[in-house]
Amino acid sequence: MDWGLILTNALEASIGADMVIYCLAAIGLNVHFGYAGLLNFGQAAFVAVAAYGLATMVATFGLSFWLGISVGLVAVIVLALLLGIPTLRLRADYLAIVTLAAAEIVRLTFRSVTLRDTFGGSDGLQGFADGFYRLNPYTVGIDLGPITFSERQSWGITIGWVLIILSSVLVWALMRSPWGRVLKGIREDEEAVRSLGKNVYSYKLQALLIGGLIGAMGGFVYALAQAAVQPDFTAPDFTFFAYTILILGGAARVLGPILGAAIFWGLLSLSDGVLRGAQSAYDVPEWLLGSTDAGAVRFMIVGLALMLLMIFRPQGILGDRKEIALDAR
Amino acid sequence: MTRDDDSPDMTAVPEADSAYKQQALAALATVAREPGASKPDAILTAGGVRRRFGGLVAVDVDRLEVQRGSITALIGPNGAGKTTFFNLLTGFDQPDQGDWAFNGGSLRKMQAYKIARLGMVRTFQLTKALSRLTVIENMRLGATDQAGENVFRAVLPFLWRGQERQITGQADQILAYFKLDTKRDDFAGSLSGGQRKLLEMARALMVQPEMVMLDEPMAGVNPALKQSLLGHVKALRDRGMTVLFVEHDMDMVRDVADWVVVMAQGQIIAEGPPQSVMADDRVIDAYLGAHHDTDLSTMDVHELDLEEAAELATHPREEHQQ
Repeated sequence: MDWGLILTNALEASIGADMVIYCLAAIGLNVHFGYAGLLNFGQAAFVAVAAYGLATMVATFGLSFWLGISVGLVAVIVLALLLGIPTLRLRADYLAIVTLAAAEIVRLTFRSVTLRDTFGGSDGLQGFADGFYRLNPYTVGIDLGPITFSERQSWGITIGWVLIILSSVLVWALMRSPWGRVLKGIREDEEAVRSLGKNVYSYKLQALLIGGLIGAMGGFVYALAQAAVQPDFTAPDFTFFAYTILILGGAARVLGPILGAAIFWGLLSLSDGVLRGAQSAYDVPEWLLGSTDAGAVRFMIVGLALMLLMIFRPQGILGDRKEIALDAR
Repeated sequence: MTRDDDSPDMTAVPEADSAYKQQALAALATVAREPGASKPDAILTAGGVRRRFGGLVAVDVDRLEVQRGSITALIGPNGAGKTTFFNLLTGFDQPDQGDWAFNGGSLRKMQAYKIARLGMVRTFQLTKALSRLTVIENMRLGATDQAGENVFRAVLPFLWRGQERQITGQADQILAYFKLDTKRDDFAGSLSGGQRKLLEMARALMVQPEMVMLDEPMAGVNPALKQSLLGHVKALRDRGMTVLFVEHDMDMVRDVADWVVVMAQGQIIAEGPPQSVMADDRVIDAYLGAHHDTDLSTMDVHELDLEEAAELATHPREEHQQ
């Protein structure tokens, strides 16, 4: 077993493109769920709409890269208003149901046969990222000792991390302000906040928009880093992984999603490497671990780690134990 | 804006049975002791307010006026519709018909947060302390017209730092008055039930209301804290606010209320000063039933059964509410 390679791969995964995409989605969810208490089970829809907004404009309609980005952002705003306006006046569960369904509607629309000419069906779209890579300033890739990225990868990851930092700073600035205080109040009890003269509905809509737009950044990184979009990337498990990351790192903590995403992807790559390494180095019997099982078993290992965390540290890695000990509501 | 100018002086300790009580009693002395009586200076008036839940009329109030600067108690047996009426008045529920006005302006179809901004602030029967916010953050949240509550100004701290300091100063003053200053930086969720009631009342004061609506302020409060809570309710009036409260604790009603309004089965059945209302036959009937002072063994069993059947047929709502 080549431990050096396994650890290098794990480290690479913990800062690589996948980590960045899920991290941005989780930062958006942190605004929704961590701070405002909104149960958005359709973060995948925001990511998908942004990615496809960009990809469709450039690949299908031949418009420019920046126009594609703008259409993606506008589409995300429209989606947030469409989901929020009818549901945010109602009880919290309505938003959960509607967003979960909306994410599937969005995915099935993008992969539908009828709209194949526009969205590319189940194959998705390619060939829209040239405008992005023309801006690439890297002539050689990033070299961090054992970890290296090609110049193409470096460009996507750099932009991704800049977006992570910018959105984290934005979340930090908002949540220490009186605006963030109202949001946290709504998470605890929205009727109490309403009785103090705050327009709760408007704050919830603002939170949904801001979290959705941060998720949209993840969508752009996804589309550009892979230079391709597929509809099934944003299946419902995308949102559940983002929740896992958020809870792992600690909800309502600015750095929670970053730490959570790094651990989630690092651990996934580590367990994958160890399982595959063990399979080739030792004679693992077929009934214990078949040759194609490693991909599934690594998720079991991450799930087990998450269960242990919830038992021994329910507040997440960065959370405050005192807060969990309180009987919220 | 300067908040200090119009904020109540929290350091002054009001005297017992103050001039304000005398004043309120004097104003109410000439008021007719009947349901819907009109008051010389009403801050809140309601007319024809009716709320149905399916086939059941939970609230059907023909007329109610609340005298400015008084403490008015709203009492009645379980299921009388007191809390529903409260929710209607404060915009947390909408009536099927009727109109009600605060300081002469109609509140019909107005959203709850706008009613609160007008200066009519409520508390809840089940206390709503915001658990995972500290006590001081709970208090700061109560202040209205905060520049930093706008999302764009929020990211520019120099636009709201000054106001934040002012609000914090005011909050500390009120916390000290309610003797919660030692809990300032604790999570509100770690407070006892009585302390949460105090915090909720203190937080409502941060809105600088003209009228405070308290939904069962004594529920779940330990006896030691009750006396101090009573003092705080009186102090609200003595600072010029109007108080309307729902309460089951009759000792409290007798002690603090200047005027009592009795509800039963959604309607107002009696109004008047505490002593006269509590002696009213209709009130005693509503609370205790018509035979409360008769020995049941001396009564005709058949006649009782008939009465029971009639009662169940006419008032199916009792078990529905609350």
